[in-house]
Amino acid sequence: MSVCKNERTVFPSIRVAPQKSKAFVPYAGDESFFILPKEWIGLSKGRFGIHGGQYVPEILMNALIELEQAYERYKNDPDFTTELDDLLRNYAGRPSMLYYAEKMTKDLGGAKIYLKREDLNHTGSHKINNVLGQALLAKRMGKTRLIAETGAGQHGVATATAAALMGMECEIFMGKEDTERQALNVYRMELLGAKVHPVSTGTQTLKDAVNEAMREWTRRISDTHYVLGSAVGPHPFPTIVRDFQKIIGQEVKRQLAEKEGRLPDVVMACVGGGSNAIGIFHDFIDDESVRLIGCEAAGRGIDTGSTAATMTIGSVGIFHGMKSYFCQDEYGQIAPVYSISAGLDYPGVGPEHAGLRDRGRAEYVPVTDDEAVEAFEYLSRTEGIIPAIESAHAVAYAMKIAPELGRDKILVICLSGRGDKDVASIARYRGVQINEQA
Amino acid sequence: MSRLERAFSRGKAFIPFITAGDPSMTVTEQLIYTMYEAGADLIEVGIPFSDPVAEGPVIQAADERALASGVTVDDVFAMMQRVRNKCDVPVALMTYVNPVATYGTDRFMMNCSKAGIDAVIVPDVPFEERDELLPYCRKHGITLISMIAPTSGERIRMIAAEAEGFVYCVSSLGVTGIRERIGYEAGEMIKAVKAVKDIPCAIGFGISTPEQAAELAVWGDGIIVGSAVVKIVEEYGENCVGHVAEYVRRMKAAISG
Repeated sequence: MSVCKNERTVFPSIRVAPQKSKAFVPYAGDESFFILPKEWIGLSKGRFGIHGGQYVPEILMNALIELEQAYERYKNDPDFTTELDDLLRNYAGRPSMLYYAEKMTKDLGGAKIYLKREDLNHTGSHKINNVLGQALLAKRMGKTRLIAETGAGQHGVATATAAALMGMECEIFMGKEDTERQALNVYRMELLGAKVHPVSTGTQTLKDAVNEAMREWTRRISDTHYVLGSAVGPHPFPTIVRDFQKIIGQEVKRQLAEKEGRLPDVVMACVGGGSNAIGIFHDFIDDESVRLIGCEAAGRGIDTGSTAATMTIGSVGIFHGMKSYFCQDEYGQIAPVYSISAGLDYPGVGPEHAGLRDRGRAEYVPVTDDEAVEAFEYLSRTEGIIPAIESAHAVAYAMKIAPELGRDKILVICLSGRGDKDVASIARYRGVQINEQA
Repeated sequence: MSRLERAFSRGKAFIPFITAGDPSMTVTEQLIYTMYEAGADLIEVGIPFSDPVAEGPVIQAADERALASGVTVDDVFAMMQRVRNKCDVPVALMTYVNPVATYGTDRFMMNCSKAGIDAVIVPDVPFEERDELLPYCRKHGITLISMIAPTSGERIRMIAAEAEGFVYCVSSLGVTGIRERIGYEAGEMIKAVKAVKDIPCAIGFGISTPEQAAELAVWGDGIIVGSAVVKIVEEYGENCVGHVAEYVRRMKAAISG
């Protein structure tokens, strides 16, 4: 690993993925897996191609149905949308800026690069968009308690924030390993009045935090809403989360029309579960000229076994309530995954992304820890913006392709979060000891 | 009479659960024979899964132990084949959907059939998604067990109308595990089932003592006990068989009283 000292850093190790994904052959899956029986279509909800659905224990079904009905009722209710809009503007700070990264553009010498500044939202990431929507919905549903999983802690902080604002109880489930690498966010959540439960089962990361939050929801449904933080899980969560995040892409479209009078050529974002990515992609899905690129966490490399690059190494499975792609073994045991980024350290991906990939509408590419850390440092130095290590995965891939794109092209990167939370762990990665008491 | 029907024809059925491969596949096989001799009417054999979201800590730990020893779905089928060659104990496999889907649902149910498995219980496939499994269960003669929960409400009618074999009544909120007291909604749930269909109802989740079992057996046709059995396996390891047999005898006696 080289500490990058030059202003310009090139990553020969990043592979440029093919434009369209090839037909995906899962391990040992038979034909039956890919055919939706006719009679099924009427019952199974929330499908994106073959992906999605509602694979949860019966005990949760009425809670999901209740949530879906409430969402359908309120999503176009003027009182609800006005209240949410007010919160997004006056509390979260929307619209977030679309910033022309001129220095980075000139340094890379290719496409014009814009950064969608979700890092400037209140609580420091895009997570607040979804959380305000879901918390408001939960309140309308008469719920008094919010629970949530969190990886990097951004979603937990956002949920704790909304709970504080709306006077609701809040409990957050976070993998024990993540509570250690994101200790600052744990304390932030506690400051906001939330109770944080370190999860010590399994791999002690995001996947296990979701397991534990789902278990907690089955224990206490009547007064509790589970604020799922990513575009994953059983229907209606992937749809609800996407709808609350699609404001990112809608704003980009409007802001770029004002600045450039046209659509972007490339829109890219990091993908763990994929909520910021689906948020910025969604309004461009029908604009076929816009390339959509999701950057997933390759960890130490896709061939190392220490990776979380689900689209690259995963296969179709059913887990956490959804059919989608998962990192798993030949017997369907979910694989332990790894990434330097706690927020991308997840063995699955949202079903809408899986559907976009299957029909070749979006590309998904792996970015390693090294590449992400170099991009983290590059953006800090070049633009004076410290990105979340999650978002740095998208920045890294943009640095790879921008020079190849030509100066007449426009590339938009979703800067999903800010990097303050990552400073200590990046320092550790670089072998620097930070002693905050000093 | 099918093996599954027979399970509910000898008074109230006692249905113990064990995780396959915990502590070893040899002990699992011995447990099946011994529990059957001790009075178990149907045995629920769990395929260990990396992320058993419907299980409490006791069965999670059993799954971890079994997976650590390298147990696979194929090992479970091979063990069940040996069991079926020796005795006619009714057996239901408990598995999450991903091990089935990834193995290939058609192939999975075919191998269930070859290994003499009578039914499958898949907690993360609710009524709305049952066509993920049902066509292949039917094709290979495997009964897909339906589950109902205290939160099911009106859904019970829809689920019961299509249920086969028996209905698994989740007796309390939460995940599997041992509880001091159990919600007493079970009786109401079972009444709702029986109003729609004459089908055996087995009550599970949270039952551990003979007293609890006896109390709940009044309402249902069978009692399912998982964590309490697995806890004995955890405590005694390779030497658990006798202890489990003794527990099964006490539980069967309690519900037959």
